[in-house]
Amino acid sequence: MSKASNQYSAKNEVSNTHVRRTIFQRSLISLSKAPFTAWLGMIIVSSYFFVAIFAPYLAPYGEAQIFKVPYAPWDNVHIFGTDRLGRDILSRLIYGARNTMGIALTTTFLAFLIGVGLGLLSAILRGWVDQILARFVDILMAIPSLIFALMLLSIFGSTALNLILIIAVLDSTRVFRLARAVGMNVVVMEYVEAARLRGEKISWIMGREILPNILPPLVAEFGLRFCYVFLMIASLSFLGVGIQPPTADWGSMVRDTGELIQFAAYDVTAAMTPILPAAAIGILTIGVNFVVDWFLYLTSGLKDEHQ
Amino acid sequence: MHPIITTLIKRIGLGIVSLFFVTLIIFSSVNMLPGDFVEAVLGQSRTEETVRIFRQELGLDKPYHVRYVNWLTSAIQGDLGNTFSGRNATYANQPQQNTARSVSSLLQPRLFNTFFLAAMTAIIAIPLSLILGITAALYRNSFYDRTVNASALTAISMPEFFVAYVLIIFLASINQFFPSLSNVTSSTPFLERVYLSILPALTLTLVTVAHMMRMTRASIINLLSSPYIEMARLKGMSRTKVIIKHALPNAWAPIANIIAFNLAYLIVGVVVVEVVFVYPGVGQLMVDSVIKRDIPVVQGCALVFALTYILLNLIADVISIVTNPRLLYPK
Repeated sequence: MSKASNQYSAKNEVSNTHVRRTIFQRSLISLSKAPFTAWLGMIIVSSYFFVAIFAPYLAPYGEAQIFKVPYAPWDNVHIFGTDRLGRDILSRLIYGARNTMGIALTTTFLAFLIGVGLGLLSAILRGWVDQILARFVDILMAIPSLIFALMLLSIFGSTALNLILIIAVLDSTRVFRLARAVGMNVVVMEYVEAARLRGEKISWIMGREILPNILPPLVAEFGLRFCYVFLMIASLSFLGVGIQPPTADWGSMVRDTGELIQFAAYDVTAAMTPILPAAAIGILTIGVNFVVDWFLYLTSGLKDEHQ
Repeated sequence: MHPIITTLIKRIGLGIVSLFFVTLIIFSSVNMLPGDFVEAVLGQSRTEETVRIFRQELGLDKPYHVRYVNWLTSAIQGDLGNTFSGRNATYANQPQQNTARSVSSLLQPRLFNTFFLAAMTAIIAIPLSLILGITAALYRNSFYDRTVNASALTAISMPEFFVAYVLIIFLASINQFFPSLSNVTSSTPFLERVYLSILPALTLTLVTVAHMMRMTRASIINLLSSPYIEMARLKGMSRTKVIIKHALPNAWAPIANIIAFNLAYLIVGVVVVEVVFVYPGVGQLMVDSVIKRDIPVVQGCALVFALTYILLNLIADVISIVTNPRLLYPK
């Protein structure tokens, strides 16, 4: 983005009647206006992703590498000590970013694929398809999702794949409701009618006509649902029915090192060991919330300008 | 008929329908078990005869709908079947020697404990969050509002076990005010029970207050910005009178909804908190049974949780229908 000259020139204005800014330019402008909390959130989220992607290069030791001393204190060799089996806490924290965030992201994507797909389908088709899907979702939502997830996990067993599928299906109910509600507003537009009369397929109407117009609320919802899924997987892992060892994951790390908390009076650093992964979970959630708040403000603010 | 009554009947009917489907889903869960779980449960020492008897006990030889009706009628009478664990394959044909316990005998004492914890939390959390939410809405954008809001957002983002562990470090480990294990039994006297449950109740309070306070604030702000409130102010009514006479009648419905929503949230949050503090409640039982894959117990716990959840939502809707001024004065 180059700085325009300060001098006003009628010729320039007339010759360049309308210069459309590129998406990149527009996002740079809104980024420069972002409040402090949004920047903080973006820095948090991007550093988490950085750690997750480059985990093998950042971690001092392997994910499941076992050392001689279990429950080693914090020192230079093991910065945050070791756990019950003698695995380096710092390395597991770094690998945990990859595993926990990877599973949560996959689950959220899957939930959106199911939720947005079915939600738009029922918004377009209406009639009995809509009725059946909506009532089915109502029933699924009548059971608290953590309880439902626990029940399904006890039946199908706690593997990573089952975890992803179960939570994605349970979470897609909320996405379905949102996609259906905002989709309904767009379906009645003339251009959708025109596309229908042209004889476009349902997949075209969904992907090309409706989806781009309901993207802002969906993106915001994606952030919030990611937080929710992330906390839910962490809770399930903490309860011992989520991600299974030896995969490093923040929820089960808290569970594994939980008993160290009793020694806070004698050695504060030991008691901090279970707090570290728990704080890692909390800080990421706060970061995502900050970014989503700003994004919501931005997208709703832009709407006001047009009215 | 009075519009309130028709709306009420509709809503209660809807509640019964969803209850029916929820019991159907919970019942069906046992049939979704992969493989022949009867053989898996009975283990190595099973014989053909014990497998057959166990199948008969579970009613797997009868058609699906008959089993559902049988299960539902006995569940209503409080009989949720027997646990899988402790089931001895060699004694399966002699029921009196079977060590499997009935699910309801496991659930009953724990149900009381869980409701005790939830009630204790609700008594602290509901007034606190209503006061915080309403004052934050009245003094919108002040320093007070910002502080309360920011701390609520932080509390929401933290997982329950994080809050619980931080509380343990400060209140049970460094300063030993409260015990970090809440091992209550049915014979624990009331005051000691309260003392033992303080930390779990405090954890749940912190998490729910944050939710409830934010929702109360949002709905009050929403209400106060509506034109009829401005009209009342413009015609010269005092601030308190506007709130009591005009704002409050319309505020009951959202507040009832918020309280019910959060009590429903509470019964879910209870699961994690009970595990952290080893509190003998339904949530802990459910997690243990999920790990052991003891399906009848999981079903029983899920039924209890789902029932409470649906009932709370139903009560909230009934309250919001009954207090709705628009329905009270039909045209």
